[in-house]
Amino acid sequence: MINVSKLKKGIVIDHIKSGNGYKIFRQLGLDKLEDTVVLLKNIPSKKMQVKDLIKIENDIYLDLTVLGLIDSGVTINIIENGQKKKKIKLELPRKVYGILKCKNPRCVSTIENVGDIEFTLVNPATREYQCEYCHENTKL
Amino acid sequence: MIKGKSLIEANDFSLEEIDDLLDFAGKIITREKDYSDLCKGNLIATLFYEPSTRTKFSFESAILRLGGQVIGFADAMTSSVSKGESLVDTIQTISYYADLIIIRHPKEGAPKLASKFSKIPIINGGDGGHQHPTQTLTDLLTIHQLKGSISNFTIGLCGDLKFGRTTHSLAKILLQYPGIKFVFISPEELRMPDYIKAEIGNNRFEETNSLERSIAQLDILYMTRIQKERFFSEEEYLRLKDSYILDNNIMKMAKNDMIVMHPLPRVNEIAAEVDQDERAVYFQQAKYGMYIRMALISKILGKGRKL
Repeated sequence: MINVSKLKKGIVIDHIKSGNGYKIFRQLGLDKLEDTVVLLKNIPSKKMQVKDLIKIENDIYLDLTVLGLIDSGVTINIIENGQKKKKIKLELPRKVYGILKCKNPRCVSTIENVGDIEFTLVNPATREYQCEYCHENTKL
Repeated sequence: MIKGKSLIEANDFSLEEIDDLLDFAGKIITREKDYSDLCKGNLIATLFYEPSTRTKFSFESAILRLGGQVIGFADAMTSSVSKGESLVDTIQTISYYADLIIIRHPKEGAPKLASKFSKIPIINGGDGGHQHPTQTLTDLLTIHQLKGSISNFTIGLCGDLKFGRTTHSLAKILLQYPGIKFVFISPEELRMPDYIKAEIGNNRFEETNSLERSIAQLDILYMTRIQKERFFSEEEYLRLKDSYILDNNIMKMAKNDMIVMHPLPRVNEIAAEVDQDERAVYFQQAKYGMYIRMALISKILGKGRKL
């Protein structure tokens, strides 16, 4: 087992579904950070059997919407002085802008440059969002 | 207040605003000549990105009967769209010429997009199979005029209740009026979606696949066409397309004062022989469509004050 030392200050993104770690790493642009960042894949987990985990050795701004969309099951721990200062449990965002695209071929967004489409969560269980223009549901 | 508002979806207007429109349309019907100059000096753009004879004529006759003037196109290929101009650019330009834009577009959500960029109000004249709010207002005026009020009746919606969004928006508005009960008549495959039934509530509707067995209890029968373009398989369309054909034999089972409505065009869901029955009001519906559009245009332009 690979050991990574405890963080003194920074962010731990835990309980990432195995395979989603790299997606989150990429979407949050962690490759561009100059701080120390660790992405661990396929760590044994009692709750999840295997999970991914990311540690960032700095307190950076995290786009929780992006995180929630990729994997709403993750937990975020904010670490200060080696202690857990805050734990954030994610939920699917109610509104999403500029991340999803409408998959309905009859939607005006397929032919016009409409900018960021507002998608509204209509069914958390099926992770379905509704396009503001055509009202068709898009699954994540 | 309707003045200056856009109409993109039927529920953009409150029930109070809709009632105001229905009252005003009623005044125009009784004293049409008094309103013939109401919109004199107003220029209204009709941008029809897909052909639609009925809706276009209805809007244009409404404008002309109010003394207004019309600019526009009936086919996108005769406009700058053929040069590749975007909808947003067209709307921003036309906004400086006209006082109101009426848009019909094959893409769903196009009128909403237009309303975001327009400096003047937009009326949605239909966006694909998505929304057609002036059809809903037409239906409401027809009921209001022919039944005397919009309350305490049983309405049967028959045909394609799954994809037919006209019936969805009509049902969602009607359920806000008192004493309205629904009978949803459709094949299993074309049932009213669950989310609309949930909004209506179990005690206000019943569901059946038999028109014959349910027609006797109806005050209004709203027939719809089963649309070919909604089906992925030709086979399924052919199997369902003639699920309901209203003819004189079925009409014999209906109440004497029941009315038959249809948004038109019909295919063969209503036999031509029914046209002679005075309870068949679907052609009158087209007339009311023009009057409600007269009321709507006047009110949006701020001209709908009592004379």
